Amino acid sequence: MKKTLILLALLGFYSTTHAQDLLGILEEEAPETKNYVSSTFKGTRILNGHSVENRKKGTLEFIISHRFGRINLGVDELFGLDQSNIRFAFEHALTDNFMLGVGRSSFEKTYDGFFKYKLIRQSTGKNAFPATVSLFGSAAYKTIKDYDPDDKPDFSDRLYYTSQLLIGSKLSPGVSIQLSPTYIHNNTVRTFDDPHDIFALGFGNRIKLSNRVTLNAEYYYTFNPLESLNTKNSLAFGVDIETGGHVFQLILSNSITMIEKGFITETTGGFFDGDIHFGFNISRAFQTGGKNKKKLPKDD
Amino acid sequence: MKTIQFLLVSVLFIGLAHGQEKYITKQGYISFFSHSPVEDIKADNNQVLSIIDTSNGQIAVSLLIQSFIFEKSLMQEHFNENYMESHKYPKAVFKGKIQDLGDLTADNKTVNIIGELTIRGITKPIETTAEIKKLDNNIVLNGDFLVEVKDYNIKIPSIVANNIAKTIKVSFELVHQPYN
Repeated sequence: MKKTLILLALLGFYSTTHAQDLLGILEEEAPETKNYVSSTFKGTRILNGHSVENRKKGTLEFIISHRFGRINLGVDELFGLDQSNIRFAFEHALTDNFMLGVGRSSFEKTYDGFFKYKLIRQSTGKNAFPATVSLFGSAAYKTIKDYDPDDKPDFSDRLYYTSQLLIGSKLSPGVSIQLSPTYIHNNTVRTFDDPHDIFALGFGNRIKLSNRVTLNAEYYYTFNPLESLNTKNSLAFGVDIETGGHVFQLILSNSITMIEKGFITETTGGFFDGDIHFGFNISRAFQTGGKNKKKLPKDD
Repeated sequence: MKTIQFLLVSVLFIGLAHGQEKYITKQGYISFFSHSPVEDIKADNNQVLSIIDTSNGQIAVSLLIQSFIFEKSLMQEHFNENYMESHKYPKAVFKGKIQDLGDLTADNKTVNIIGELTIRGITKPIETTAEIKKLDNNIVLNGDFLVEVKDYNIKIPSIVANNIAKTIKVSFELVHQPYN
């Protein structure tokens, strides 16, 4: 009798393990996946400088940026709004990790071209990595005729190069930070005292205020600034506002330029003296060609 | 002693029989479709997990929100970041029962499915019909149902309100293989 009871108990136990919750089975069977962290920043710029973000393959982004004059110019210049520096650019993502862009700034009539390549993506789960790392390179060509007609510089004299390693991390859904070691090479400088090679370190962050609005800050510390100008480190505060296919960035910064060699090495305004430029970046993204087909993420 | 042996063997058989009553897929397909006068939006998920217990008609489906692929990558980002908040609610889960499952043949038969759908941590009852058949020992389940966006507290800002439908059509195609 006892044996039968034990057996019956066993039998009961056996069937309960089998009647195990179906969702429990799915949980066990779910493949362990590597999840990439997305949207460390909303835009491809933190404010003035580049963020670790690339656009996805096939995205063509048209960006119009403005920086107005200094706010402390007063009402006569409508707090700087009478003056403006504009940059417009086309930026195209050839793959999810590689993008190219060309732009033109009215300030010193400068053309610029850049590439940005994402080396490592921040991920969680299997083989997690805590940061996204991108390589950025740009060349700027100044075309303003600000030279002595007898001393016309040749093409290469008017070129400036920037290389950056962008290291960004989304610490939590609401907070992201970035470090940007920067190397800038000037082919020509104004005086013999000015360095041709300038090193700087950028700090940036963003805090999410709501799903569509973030508060951003960015600071570039220059280790060996130009001597011929009374330069200051670039500082900027701003908000990102996202609406569908647009990202608006409203910016307050002591820099008037929107390309690296400009705002990192040639900023002269003192933010806390009121030399603040109001500005904005507006981007519109278009999906071109190579559509984001039904592709399965690779198993790795 | 004989009885005990017999019982043990029976238990084993019961176990085996149980094993063959479950059918699972890890590459199920679920898509959703939003139609509005401004634009049509579609997203596909090819990594849906689903399991059916044919002994009692129980079914469970689970998917990762992140695995939905959109045509426009920016849309995919906004879907995860703003609408579904997939970092907070990574999964959508359905748990329910196929009514009157009966015997399955190679011909489609229409069945009712009643259960609960959990999206963004919100669980709502749901009822739909589906086509089911058994082909080469695989159980194929096809169908679609409608989901009200507001039922799951998904906030759509007024600026894109005309681009996104209030009711989303969800289609599924799940090919289950024997599980043991």
